[in-house]
Amino acid sequence: MGKMTALLDWIDARFPLTATWRAHLSEYYAPKNFNFWYYFGSLAMLVLVMQIITGIFLTIHYKPDAAQAFASVEYIMRDVDWGWAIRYMHSTGASLFFVVVYLHMFRGLIYGSYRKPRELLWLLGVLIYLCLMAEAFFGYLLPWGQMSYWGAQVIVNLFAAIPFVGPDLAVWIRGDYVVSDATLNRFFAFHVIAVPLVLLGLVAAHLVALHEVGSNNPDGIEIKKKKDPKTGIPLDGIPFFPYYVVKDIFGVVVFLMVFSIIVFFAPEMGGYFLEHNNFVPADPLNTPTHIAPVWYFTPYYSILRAVPPLLGSQFPGVLAMGLAVMVFFFLPWLDRSAVKSIRYRGAVYKTALALFVMSFVVLGYLGTVPTNVWGQFGGWLGGAERATVVARIFTVIYFLFFVLMPWFTRIDQTKPEPERVTR
Amino acid sequence: MADSNVDRPRRRFLLTATSAAGGVAGIAFALQFVASMNPSARARAAGAPVEVDLSKVEPGMMVTVEWRGQPVWIVRRTREMIDSLTKLDAVVADPRSSMPMQPDYAKNEARSIKPEYLVLVGICTHLGCSPSQKLAPGAESGLGEDWPGGFFCPCHGSKFDLAGRVYKGVPAPANLKVPPYTYLSDTRLLIGEDSKGA
Repeated sequence: MGKMTALLDWIDARFPLTATWRAHLSEYYAPKNFNFWYYFGSLAMLVLVMQIITGIFLTIHYKPDAAQAFASVEYIMRDVDWGWAIRYMHSTGASLFFVVVYLHMFRGLIYGSYRKPRELLWLLGVLIYLCLMAEAFFGYLLPWGQMSYWGAQVIVNLFAAIPFVGPDLAVWIRGDYVVSDATLNRFFAFHVIAVPLVLLGLVAAHLVALHEVGSNNPDGIEIKKKKDPKTGIPLDGIPFFPYYVVKDIFGVVVFLMVFSIIVFFAPEMGGYFLEHNNFVPADPLNTPTHIAPVWYFTPYYSILRAVPPLLGSQFPGVLAMGLAVMVFFFLPWLDRSAVKSIRYRGAVYKTALALFVMSFVVLGYLGTVPTNVWGQFGGWLGGAERATVVARIFTVIYFLFFVLMPWFTRIDQTKPEPERVTR
Repeated sequence: MADSNVDRPRRRFLLTATSAAGGVAGIAFALQFVASMNPSARARAAGAPVEVDLSKVEPGMMVTVEWRGQPVWIVRRTREMIDSLTKLDAVVADPRSSMPMQPDYAKNEARSIKPEYLVLVGICTHLGCSPSQKLAPGAESGLGEDWPGGFFCPCHGSKFDLAGRVYKGVPAPANLKVPPYTYLSDTRLLIGEDSKGA
């Protein structure tokens, strides 16, 4: 017995190292037909690690103080060796985190990865998404630019719209009557420690749940139903290590190429990743003429703007915005189709999904521009803003996708699923 | 297991009592952390009234001062501005200021103590942006030929007239807030205190 084997035996007698490696990597059997869409889970993990590392190094120089925050970010950009690179990696990572997560969620949608037995896996995923939104929101205040300040002002005021407790709740969140130093200091705490801890716990639970039920695949069938009678290994499964580790490394290389191009050549991405107004220090007396959240929140922001106030309260808009996110929790129970994957679904579902994606994209675009961007309709429509009307139509489509799902997934003409995975 | 001599009701009672006591202690423990997030004594004390000198404000001009960290606008309205208000009664949501967005002494046509001076908290009642001043009427405001002058919130497109009254059909649900204020003399204004309190 070699020295290394002896060491491993010593460890295994005290900690399940080999057993863990086998359970989660070398003997975790994933369907052999993973395609392009299956890169984004591992990429999300990569970005999470990158955000934590770059984040730690940013906190070494950053000052969470309203009087110093903006200057300390500029200090990182100009005076700290490689500070600009670390900061741009962190800001680019934030946007690409959402790119990767949205594609990961879309994968779940098209292949029915939220269906039984993966409901909890999906719920944990939606919780991760919520955490990520909180993390992005808290982090966005830290540079203390105009967009940081007014973005936080708007989002915290969303809570003030909640009937009865709202105004007190908003004061409690801010720790002051307006967004101020107290708010910045606590958002820093949430951003660097509170939310990341929850996020890491949820990611761990997401993986444990995944490895318990096994990965879905583009055919949406369970590979565990056809096992080799002798070994008990799924016939259509291949071990995650080495096969999918190698595949994911390829994805990582391509992703890092895209990432580097953005960091080095377009870190602001034309104002979409780092908004122009955020290069102006926060001014509590002066709102920029056009404010919009960063691109990954704009679909929800559009929904917020689209819903008119009711009975002298803007709560309906806030409620619609919240529901637009929360509705993802119900997906596993709304889909009544006989099949999981889009490959075996009929035209009805495909049309509905296309409309949903279109509404997400259009609402996302409209959220980045002022509501008067397309001018106004003529007289008989009462001079209503075109963009607002379009946003209202797509908001309705967005919600109809979920509300009508139990019905349209049932009447949809599905094709029979294959016995074994195809390609 | 020799379960026969376990006193089950006693065990259940002890378990319930311990859990209840532990739960109460846990909640009491958590409350101090919840309370620590409220505005501190220093933040609560920072809301002192602000004095404004009106002698340098020309008719048709606006000045902004900071009170409790919020922008407070003082607009010296011209005769035409004041006269234009009644024409807008049909297009604003709350023309009579029936919602409590102002002290009682400003619950009138011009929403001010003296019609000439309008005092408003410059925070949109929708989601807290600070609207832009579009005091001059007409197309140069960017709001169309027939814009009568007022305020426009760039965040979500809410419009307000020159008394801070909100237009119908915009996201903001209420008129702009009038802060408590009082005149110390003809040209000196104190924002943050009613005359009855002084």
